[in-house]
Amino acid sequence: MKLGLVIDLDTCVGCHACATACKQWNTSGTIGPLSDQDPYGKDPNGSWLNRIRTFEVKEPEPLPTKGQGCGSQKFDLHALATEGTSALLSDASPASKTVHMPMSCMQCEDADCVTVCPTGASYKREEDGIVLVDQDKCMGCNLCSWACPYGARELDEEQGVMKKCTLCVDRIYDQALPESERQPACVLSCPTSSRVFGDFDDPTSKVSQLVVERNGQPLMPELGYKPTNQYLPPRNKEAVAMMAKTNEPALSKLKKWANRVIAR
Amino acid sequence: MKPAFSVLFFTVTSGIGYGLLIWLVLTHLMTSGDFGITHFMIVGFIGLTLATLGLLSSTLHLANPKNAWRAFSRFRTSWLSREGVFALVFYPVFLAYALSVYLNNGDATIIVKALGIVSISIALATLICTGMIYASLKPIRQWHNPLVTPLYLSFGLVSGALAYSMLHLALTGSLSWPVSQAFLVLIVISFIAKMLYFNSIGKPDGSTISTATGFSQAQVRLLDAGHNADTFLTKEFVFDAGAIKLLRLRWLMVVLAFIAPILLMLAAHKLNIAPLAYLAMACLCVGLFIERWLFFAEARHVVRLYHGDQQT
Repeated sequence: MKLGLVIDLDTCVGCHACATACKQWNTSGTIGPLSDQDPYGKDPNGSWLNRIRTFEVKEPEPLPTKGQGCGSQKFDLHALATEGTSALLSDASPASKTVHMPMSCMQCEDADCVTVCPTGASYKREEDGIVLVDQDKCMGCNLCSWACPYGARELDEEQGVMKKCTLCVDRIYDQALPESERQPACVLSCPTSSRVFGDFDDPTSKVSQLVVERNGQPLMPELGYKPTNQYLPPRNKEAVAMMAKTNEPALSKLKKWANRVIAR
Repeated sequence: MKPAFSVLFFTVTSGIGYGLLIWLVLTHLMTSGDFGITHFMIVGFIGLTLATLGLLSSTLHLANPKNAWRAFSRFRTSWLSREGVFALVFYPVFLAYALSVYLNNGDATIIVKALGIVSISIALATLICTGMIYASLKPIRQWHNPLVTPLYLSFGLVSGALAYSMLHLALTGSLSWPVSQAFLVLIVISFIAKMLYFNSIGKPDGSTISTATGFSQAQVRLLDAGHNADTFLTKEFVFDAGAIKLLRLRWLMVVLAFIAPILLMLAAHKLNIAPLAYLAMACLCVGLFIERWLFFAEARHVVRLYHGDQQT
């Protein structure tokens, strides 16, 4: 078995429900508590096993041709008056997308965090590929967090041991729970079902099929960690049509609007 | 990467300690000693103390040191574990060697030679393992570099050779010329290697925000890191000293760790002002400390790509 997650970047709304549910479950689970430092103060801090980053993704801007570089761009008052500030801010490109990217442990096949561990506290389970930390053995040297490119490991400052996502190992095998609930807390809490849990070794599983259908990709494959978790890229949807801008005088606009209101 | 003082102190000090012991044993094996028994023991004690101080300081950065004894258990996979095992095994072997030197009254018998060679090998292995701890980390391209381990080893040997020559001066009144010559040759090689290292980490390479997010065809930038205070990740990996400060420190390091010790040691010999060796050692220590600080400060972990960096 190769258990892991598929995360749909098309539907994730970046609500942080997965991160909160993760903290809630795991702080009272087998690896808990996940300590916080100054939780209600100015500089709230603590161990989180799941973090969500938000990126702007847009079409690359064409390279400036000769004589048309950034420096030659003039402040165009006319453009400002007719098209609004958007004409001046290249950031406001209509072809840009905001993508929320939740990240937890990728349960890598070649997990260097396990290789570098000097105490044997970090290990990868043979039966399902989940990477875990035995907290009774960890000496808090931080080397595994240095070896992880995904920032999946965080030191619990209070207990001095490394904490990481367990893929809710204390939940997914719990026979006392109804079968539909034997899933990681982040998956159950996701309001848009952007997170899917399953076995990547089974080609008929939902995760395997999603990866095939939607062209799922790992993050930073060039480092060779062979991460199990896969990310589904956003679907290519048509850009929302923008209202055409007119140079109509304000008075005639007002008249049209008044006529529309009265006609109702 | 955030430079941790305990780790900087550890790598510089234990480097000098192991280097000193390597030169002590090497000169003893090859020339049956520059030193009398008493002086041999004094230098051996200083070397062992430096190595031990370094190793003890390295445990200071552990968050849960009560489990440190477990660090010897993963010799087959972990460079940190290997380093610990070699550092530990070094003590009985070196002490047996020192005892046999004492019992044979300084003569290099077969047993003394055998124990000496094993001591040198273990000390070298320890230095190599320390270098490999850093060189094996793929997410930090400034460390995952073929020059990192040779540089670690050579800095240990360079600082050890200078320390040896300096102690020779302090104990017998004259510098050890053969070891000083070795020092000059090694420090020039290290200097060239360090310049090649700076050259190789200077080119943009490795992971970018595109590979980190999987959007290889688009322009990507971070809008929100998802937290409004520091996290373990930002505290551990996001360290910005500023490009100008780094460049100035590079120059200072080049002067203090390479140029000053070379010129001072040449002057000590050519002009016969032996005490310049003390100044050379002081410069080298400060220079190596800056070198180690830069080694951390210039290292950029790929997780920074999720905190606003465009490339590593």
